[in-house]
Amino acid sequence: MDRNLSAFAPDQALVRPLVETNRRFWILVGVLCSLMAVGAACYLMQLRDGLQVTGMNVPVYWGVYITNFVFFIGISHAGTLISAILRICKAEWRRSITRAAEVITVMVLFFGAGSIILDLGRPDRALNVILHSNFESPLLWDVTSISVYLTGSIIYLYLPLIPDLALLRDGLGKRRWLYRALALGWTGSARQHRLLERAISIMAIIILPIAVSVHTVVSWVFAMTVQPMWHSAIFGPYFVVGAIFSGIGALIVFMAIIRWAYGLEGYFKEIQFRNLGLLLLTMSMLWFYFTLSEFITTYYGGSPDHMVIFWAKLTGPYAPMFWTMVVGCFVIPMTLLSTRLLPVVPSTVLAGITVNIGMWIERYTIVVPSLARPRLPLETGVYYPSFVEIAMTVAFFAGFFLLYLLFTRLFPIVAIWEIREGREVSVTEVSERVASYLPEVGEAQDA
Amino acid sequence: MARWGMVIDLDTCTGCQACTIACSIENNVPPPDPDGSDDHRPFTWMRLLPWIGEESPEAAGRMFPRPCMHCDDPPCTKVCPVDATNIDREGIVRQIYPRCIGCRYCTTACPYTVRYFNWKTPSWPEPLEESLNPDVSIRPAGVVEKCTFCHHRLQRAHDTAAAEGRELQEGEYMPACVEVCPSQSMFFGDLDDPDSAVSRRSRTTRAFRLLEELGTKPKVIYLRKGE
Repeated sequence: MDRNLSAFAPDQALVRPLVETNRRFWILVGVLCSLMAVGAACYLMQLRDGLQVTGMNVPVYWGVYITNFVFFIGISHAGTLISAILRICKAEWRRSITRAAEVITVMVLFFGAGSIILDLGRPDRALNVILHSNFESPLLWDVTSISVYLTGSIIYLYLPLIPDLALLRDGLGKRRWLYRALALGWTGSARQHRLLERAISIMAIIILPIAVSVHTVVSWVFAMTVQPMWHSAIFGPYFVVGAIFSGIGALIVFMAIIRWAYGLEGYFKEIQFRNLGLLLLTMSMLWFYFTLSEFITTYYGGSPDHMVIFWAKLTGPYAPMFWTMVVGCFVIPMTLLSTRLLPVVPSTVLAGITVNIGMWIERYTIVVPSLARPRLPLETGVYYPSFVEIAMTVAFFAGFFLLYLLFTRLFPIVAIWEIREGREVSVTEVSERVASYLPEVGEAQDA
Repeated sequence: MARWGMVIDLDTCTGCQACTIACSIENNVPPPDPDGSDDHRPFTWMRLLPWIGEESPEAAGRMFPRPCMHCDDPPCTKVCPVDATNIDREGIVRQIYPRCIGCRYCTTACPYTVRYFNWKTPSWPEPLEESLNPDVSIRPAGVVEKCTFCHHRLQRAHDTAAAEGRELQEGEYMPACVEVCPSQSMFFGDLDDPDSAVSRRSRTTRAFRLLEELGTKPKVIYLRKGE
């Protein structure tokens, strides 16, 4: 069936996923749903039998669930934060990638927050967090910060969506009730445009400190205790850097998948991959700098409690994971992104994947070793995640992909109006701007 | 108002574990599964740890009993998001079982690892379930529990004293572990009363506290081996 998509010319490719589905799509939905169903069954089992179905024990009270929590919240820094920075910097190459990034944030936050609920012994009492709030607890700072971040990110995703929703309402002929309701009567008048631009700018600026606060307070859950190799002043910025690092990696991977699945090579060009690759390279070096600072300070401090954990990570039972992390987060991205071993797209995508594997391991080797080696003897911990924990992790990833996939089927994953605006306004605007940076020809001669 | 504390004399402690058993019976702490299927999970509020301190080689190979330290500045109460654990007026770090959401932040924040999580609904083999202590509530699955210095005994002692219209006397209230210690190595009382048995002993040169350098101000004081 070939619908009339002429209203969207020349960007029909962006709307095609909204009207056409193929077998590949339904198979993928089926696979993701079955993975989630396994997770749901496991969760019911956990509700019935308690957390004994996990591999957690005395004294390793936190495991994969908390690792996932930190990881998912980290990924969320892919979207809103990067999109806001690029908007504020007027980086014109952002136009086709901002929405793809913003959707990651909103969708993954549900699973980040969900990981905490999953980890609770008594999820039925989760509301006590509001009824009996103890604001002295860093965990409550998390609840507050993540709620604000989720709200802000939804608004920040929604605002730039409004003109596209109006386009869909007028031109698509499908699901008109949905797009009409969401478009809020957008007509595209100059006043509406002015208000929208203003609202987007305000949100872009507000969201930056909120995003930084989110991963800072996540790190403070660990840093505010006295436990060895958690109690570290560097943890706030270290976690923020790690979050942006893994976020960019995730964004690159998502862009590659969308580009391949919907044939959007014209929108996700090499330049986007190359620029994000450079950002990833920068973050990789920052990550290495922070990791080195953390470990070398611990080593020279030489406190016996810390050194037990230190050696457990570097040469002990966690060494295979630790060094995989170093390879995934530093060696591979540095090699791929600073040389021309592979073409731009494969090298950035590959680096994005290894970075995310490495960053998941980083969170695991922060959470578990400190708990497995408590200060007092006797209780040396042994922890292996159980089937339930692994199945829940897989289900959460599947759920995240499914929500993202559904979004791309209901809304254009590239902002149509921003692409148009780029063609119609920015090309001249940018040349004028560049010209304004330079001395006038007359001025230069006088000087 | 009293500030309750405990003194444990490691010189006379024989490591017999009577305190551990008395505690579990008094506080309805279930025994581990006989088949060992819940490996690494069973706990007792009072536990004997091997002593591996390098500063006193003469004590090497000994065991020392470890209850909750009931710190004056506890790291666990600060981190609880729902105020399910706090320190009461008499210095006892308590746990509100019906409010706890089971996030286990306190268990990870405690440097003494004396907070325990109920991985499952507690159960007792027959006929132990018929001899549970009616004064102590049974904790459901999914909440954290810990040594309370047998807080229910304090409440009872307070009630008795109030009914008789007098102050609480020393020795009227002591936890089960102290009461049962066969070698009389454990002492309990008011640390703020300069004449109490615990107060006098806590000021001797033999007295030390676990992980004192963390600044948690534990109210369980150990006495190292005598001269």
